[in-house]
Amino acid sequence: MTTRTGIAGVAVPLVLLLAAACGRQSDRPGGGRGPQQASVPGAPPTMHLVSAVSTGEWRMPAGDYGNLRYSTLDTIKTTNVMNLQVITTFSTGVAHGHEGQPLVFGNTMYVVTPFPNNLIAVDLTKPGGAIKWIYEPHPDSRAVGIACCDLVNRGASFGAGKIVYSLLDATVVAVDAETGQEAWRTRVGDINKGETFTGAPIVVKDRVLVGNSGAELGVRGYVAALDLHSGKELWRAFNTGPDADVKIGPGFHAFYAKDQGKDLGVTSWPAEQWKLGGSTVWGWISYDPQTNLFFYGTANPGVWNPDLRPGDNKWSSTIFARDADTGDARWAYQVTAHDSWDYDEIMENMLVDMDYGGRPRKLIIHPGRTGFVYVIDRETGELLSAEHFEPTNWASGYDLKTGKALEDPAKHTHFGTVTQGICPSSTGAKDVIPSAFSPRTGLLYIPAHNTCMDYEGIEANYIAGTPYLGADVKMYPGPGGYQGELVAWDVAHNRKAWGAKEDKFPVYSGVLATGGDVVFYGTMDGWFKAVDARTGTELWKFHVASGIVANPITYLGPDGKQYVAVYAGIGGWMGAVAFPEISADDPYAALGVVGAMKDIKKYTAPGSTVYVFGL
Amino acid sequence: MSSVCRVLGTSVMAAMLFAVTVSTRAPLRVCADPNNLPFSNQHGDGFENQIAALVARELERPLEYFWLPQRRGFIRNSLNARRCDVVMGVPAQYEVLLPTKSYYRSSYAFVSRRDRQLHIESFDDPLLKSLTIGIQVSGDDYNNPPAAQELATRHLVQNVRGFTIYGDYSSPDPQRAIVDAVANGRVDVAIVWGPLAGYYAQRESTPIDVRPITHASTTAPNRFAFDIAMGVRADDARLRNALDTVIAQHRNAIRRILRAYGVPLQ
Repeated sequence: MTTRTGIAGVAVPLVLLLAAACGRQSDRPGGGRGPQQASVPGAPPTMHLVSAVSTGEWRMPAGDYGNLRYSTLDTIKTTNVMNLQVITTFSTGVAHGHEGQPLVFGNTMYVVTPFPNNLIAVDLTKPGGAIKWIYEPHPDSRAVGIACCDLVNRGASFGAGKIVYSLLDATVVAVDAETGQEAWRTRVGDINKGETFTGAPIVVKDRVLVGNSGAELGVRGYVAALDLHSGKELWRAFNTGPDADVKIGPGFHAFYAKDQGKDLGVTSWPAEQWKLGGSTVWGWISYDPQTNLFFYGTANPGVWNPDLRPGDNKWSSTIFARDADTGDARWAYQVTAHDSWDYDEIMENMLVDMDYGGRPRKLIIHPGRTGFVYVIDRETGELLSAEHFEPTNWASGYDLKTGKALEDPAKHTHFGTVTQGICPSSTGAKDVIPSAFSPRTGLLYIPAHNTCMDYEGIEANYIAGTPYLGADVKMYPGPGGYQGELVAWDVAHNRKAWGAKEDKFPVYSGVLATGGDVVFYGTMDGWFKAVDARTGTELWKFHVASGIVANPITYLGPDGKQYVAVYAGIGGWMGAVAFPEISADDPYAALGVVGAMKDIKKYTAPGSTVYVFGL
Repeated sequence: MSSVCRVLGTSVMAAMLFAVTVSTRAPLRVCADPNNLPFSNQHGDGFENQIAALVARELERPLEYFWLPQRRGFIRNSLNARRCDVVMGVPAQYEVLLPTKSYYRSSYAFVSRRDRQLHIESFDDPLLKSLTIGIQVSGDDYNNPPAAQELATRHLVQNVRGFTIYGDYSSPDPQRAIVDAVANGRVDVAIVWGPLAGYYAQRESTPIDVRPITHASTTAPNRFAFDIAMGVRADDARLRNALDTVIAQHRNAIRRILRAYGVPLQ
């Protein structure tokens, strides 16, 4: 059964009324408990979470506002996970990169496909992935040529009886969770100017918070708030430009001098270049109900050539704290100034209250593209620690007094100049694919890469009839020869606890941690794995139909049993090398990642399968 | 008997094949951007449309288009996906496909209002330090038009205004904005790829000076003149050879088309 986009005018008020009525009892995250500061069974008493984590349903991209990707479910545990087996599989019908994750609300699983971004509702009370309805939004197909890095979507959020998600053509839709009818549809960005939307929105109170994506010039990053009930845009906060546009006002207090001053989003650029300044959002938004602040990171600055934009280029590669009602910036911390490596800091910002450095702190934990784990005071924006988790040589560390990276000038890139052995490569020591955190172990589980790059000569290229020159960038495995690793990071002690190495490919799947002390992740060559959360010992693995670049979730089925679900569909920036049309013979293809990914076709091929596992 | 049959059969088949070839010649399928003047649009208004029509006529093949905006993945999703067989304009050194002989050579140009009398021909002209300079920029990682680096090397960055190569795709002239900015005084001088500069300069109400950049650049890797060729799939030497023949035989007709569109030729 297929639901088309239009809905009868008469039906709208009824749908909205029903949705509003449902919303009152279903706004709470995680299911069951309210948004009080939550503790987790088995966690130290000093460890508190900003919101209830998933206990049965999976209602938002990371399962909770703190972006922990942790569920208290513990039926599947270290002693029985080896008995896990496939319960059901079904195809989404779109053989492109399946990033993101399903939602589970009530007895229904919701799956957003890669472009054309269909929403599939699956009845969990019936065996075999029984489809309740499919909503087909038919986004503008011109978005396909504009999107960077495959046609991915990073998932949906639930709120007020609606499933809310982004379409590749820079539109946000809300769909009635029961009927599959479109509740509203708002064009937020403009594909004619190079914007696409691939990130996952979150629902905070009566608002949808969403950020734009896009690597093309002319794109200027922002977050926008939409009314959950009507889709109307309420405000927009830019990531470059004058303070008024960035929503920096009297309530803004950056911790470091480098981030203080008037209109830095203008003055840290050559004249007017902030208008093409990139700094889009792409990924994840986290939210702290106690302070009503939300947090996200911004991408690298445009234009590409760093010599053309002397200055810090604010607010690229920056972590922002903003008021969820008004969008006003509370603080900002620029992680890398004047990026010349493509180190987007669009990574997850995980929110935990815990003992740190001898006293209780409200933390942001941000595993960076740069190779460093940043631990930041959520209230002030102070950098408390930055230690590297994979081989890193662009900077030796951070000066915690100034908040600045201690960079190696020899590893900067300049057009027409050869720079060899930069670690990590542009794809980072991790990409936007998210980590998990277990309050029980105090460990952060990072899906990590170990790739370095050479920035070499030039080649002729062309776009829109215009020839121009590009740098050759070649990526290859970093020191030690392995390419991927699941890194368990001891947050309290700023050190690696253990690492599970994946020799062949970067770990490009998200991670899930559970109350059963099991950590789940997948590999690009198609292994779905369970490891012991405390030791990293592999407990179980299963080979799925295609490489995994998605984020596993866990939930309680209608039968009260615990299940684990994940997509198998290789793709995304690095995974796109698995596509037949991308040649593995040219190490410079796909923005240089082929050098690191040349063997992927031997191990996997495009797929579109949803897997559900259970005992 | 059997050999007679074989001979007869072969000639009948050959005759049938011949008949089929004549009556339904395979179309020349061109991969093109539907909104990218002066190169191409879906109304056939671009010079690449005109040249494609000429080539199809000479090859006695019907002309068909596969329309796709020229963005990242254009070659992969059009030519290499076998949805079409030739791209009308690519750099002759473009390695992702098999190029024909070059059929024109143009260069980036300094573009300014004639009434300003700027006469800029070199990046070392001291005037540039005091002028507002427009350039086109690309958002593809690691890539930019050559002027970007030439200016950066000379620390001429505070007075640079960027215009995206893609432009506003909802406009019928997405790339025109940079030449308009010269005409309306928003920038004093712009550095623009010749075909774009020449075509839009003709369409401004005020006279526009287009001065091709002919000097070799001082920084080694930069260059401003490009040989432009048609491109076919790497395994399609047969079509490449046929196109080369048309280019060799109709060089003058092709140049007439380019001149009519104001393309500065070298």
